[in-house]
Amino acid sequence: MSNRLEQKTEMPESWGTRDLRERRVTVHGQALAASVLLDLHRSMQRIRHTEETIARLYPQQEMRTPTHLGTGQEAVAAGVAAAVRRDDALYSHHRCHNHYLACGGSVYRLAAELYGRVDGAARGRGGSVHLTDRDNGFIVSSAILGQTVAVATGSALAFRMDGVDRVAVTFFGEATCEEGVIYESMNFAAINRLPVIYVCENNLYSTESPLSVRQPPGTELCARAESFSVPAEKVDGNDVAAVYLAARRAVDRARSGAGPSFIECMTYRWREHVGPQFDHDAGRTYRTKEEFDLWVERCPLKQSAARLISLGLADEREISAWAAEIEKEVVADFERARRAPWPEAGDLFDYL
Amino acid sequence: MRTLKYHQAISEGTVQAMERDPNVFCAGIAVDYPSGIFGTTTEALKRFGPARVFDTPAMENAFTGICIGAAAMGKRPIMVHPRNDFMLLAFDQLINLAAKWRYMYGGNAGSVPIVVRAVIGKGWGQGATHSQSLQAPLAHFPGLTVLMPATPRDAKGLLLSACRHDHPTIILEHRALYNVEGEVPEEPEETPIGKAAILRPGRDLTIVATSLMVQEALDAAEELARHDVDAEVVDLRSIRPLDEETVLASVKKTGRVIVADTSWERCGVTSEIAALCAEKAFHDLKAPVRRLALADCPAPVSQTLEQAFYPKASTIARLALHVIGIDPELVGDIDREDTFKGPY
Repeated sequence: MSNRLEQKTEMPESWGTRDLRERRVTVHGQALAASVLLDLHRSMQRIRHTEETIARLYPQQEMRTPTHLGTGQEAVAAGVAAAVRRDDALYSHHRCHNHYLACGGSVYRLAAELYGRVDGAARGRGGSVHLTDRDNGFIVSSAILGQTVAVATGSALAFRMDGVDRVAVTFFGEATCEEGVIYESMNFAAINRLPVIYVCENNLYSTESPLSVRQPPGTELCARAESFSVPAEKVDGNDVAAVYLAARRAVDRARSGAGPSFIECMTYRWREHVGPQFDHDAGRTYRTKEEFDLWVERCPLKQSAARLISLGLADEREISAWAAEIEKEVVADFERARRAPWPEAGDLFDYL
Repeated sequence: MRTLKYHQAISEGTVQAMERDPNVFCAGIAVDYPSGIFGTTTEALKRFGPARVFDTPAMENAFTGICIGAAAMGKRPIMVHPRNDFMLLAFDQLINLAAKWRYMYGGNAGSVPIVVRAVIGKGWGQGATHSQSLQAPLAHFPGLTVLMPATPRDAKGLLLSACRHDHPTIILEHRALYNVEGEVPEEPEETPIGKAAILRPGRDLTIVATSLMVQEALDAAEELARHDVDAEVVDLRSIRPLDEETVLASVKKTGRVIVADTSWERCGVTSEIAALCAEKAFHDLKAPVRRLALADCPAPVSQTLEQAFYPKASTIARLALHVIGIDPELVGDIDREDTFKGPY
């Protein structure tokens, strides 16, 4: 079975004509169908407009759930999710909207969860950090650092025991590399050559703590993975094609029975750790405005758009039109979710 | 009916659970050793091989998460902790995730029906970190099922039930019970989860007990009969869900309650049962509810200190006579000799 992107056949007009989509292009020395780059971009636009819509509506005090926005980190989720199949198992962490959406999760059900409505992804029991969409292979996200690293490893164990070629993927931040559970998990995965892919989103900060207080100077997280004989690769996490290609290599390795992989994706969170503000607007100084501006300049969508244009796959007008169309859909989903029914108080004990 | 020892009953239950469901596997430190967790996993290894019965590195927390992730994909893991105390390392996965999985994802992520067997150590200098009994902290959390079989029949029956139960389940086994012998049906008979058992009916006083304290309570009841005190022994079997009905019916009948548990009193099972009686059977009580548990300090090592630390049959019997209004010093030398020769 092909991966998530290659499965798609019917595309709306705005995704490019069939001829265009089938064109072969070369990125980072690899031949790819143009459709892959177009769909990766589209996936990131969907994430970006969802997260930015949340940021805009959040101050209304109607989404009463601690929310960690993933703006700026879209390429990691989009690139990895595109490299796996729908029957694989993906797991995420507290900053999970990106991954849920990249797997194809419904914006409406995400919005309903944030609004605490019964149509929410977790029926109003989970909130922003506890999403699920098993039909799309997004098993769960969890707010405790490192939890799903072990759980994904366990799903990989189940796949190995069943002799199927499914793989498990877990996303986590670089702060999880300061938790013990990841080393217990990688060790076990390496011993048993489990089909699991560890995707580290290194955004340089754990809440407001910089790397300098958390990891010794010169730390290479890939070297830690390699010390368990887990092949590791460090990529530009803001380059969606680079992430996709690295993920595809890891997925191929896992499916072929060669065991786990570790991918470190260098990226940057634009907004505050939890909540909708920009740190400098909130008067926080743990990271500089210059650093922030530099990373905004490296915006994954901007880089992807430039690539599409330079390869002749789209022009600025088309890309803006896709964005406008997606934004319209997203806003409509949020409006509908805000009008959705509340869970009944009498149902408090359901799903226990 | 034929009799089996408690450890043989667990072994048979494990084999039958694995026979009827190919998704059941058994893993944890030492499960494939020749000693096979007091002989409870040896037969399963022989029958099903290392693919389904396997040793793990020392990784209590991650391996619990691994069991959760396997269960999310349809497996039925039985994870074994040779000692309860090591399970504290796994509380993040057990409590923050397994217990909450079904509810926290609104039922949309399914359930993660893991079974965790954990052994309670006692005596011969096991000491502070190899003898704890974690039913109270575990049962505190909605979403976990906590079982404490006290007889060979329930050791097998509750394991079989747990392997079909829809919730993460912890089974606490007391090492001092492994050689207790009792009737066990050969067929895979399940013990219902959430049902206490009346192991000895009586009119004068109820002893509600857990795990090893059930056996001590039965011995105490024998002695009490010699003093014309007719004690009823209620084996809780399941700490969560709790069978309030059976406990309350017994209390209504006898009006006097002693609660005996393998852990401490504070915020523990004995306190929970005492609160239940106070709230729902207050007018039936003829005497204050009395709790009997470990001395309120960590487990010591030295023999004289251990003697003072653990309650036993004679402690229960003396307290019962006191509650009834008979001289407690009339209790004879009823405590069983501890035949455990160590080291583990």
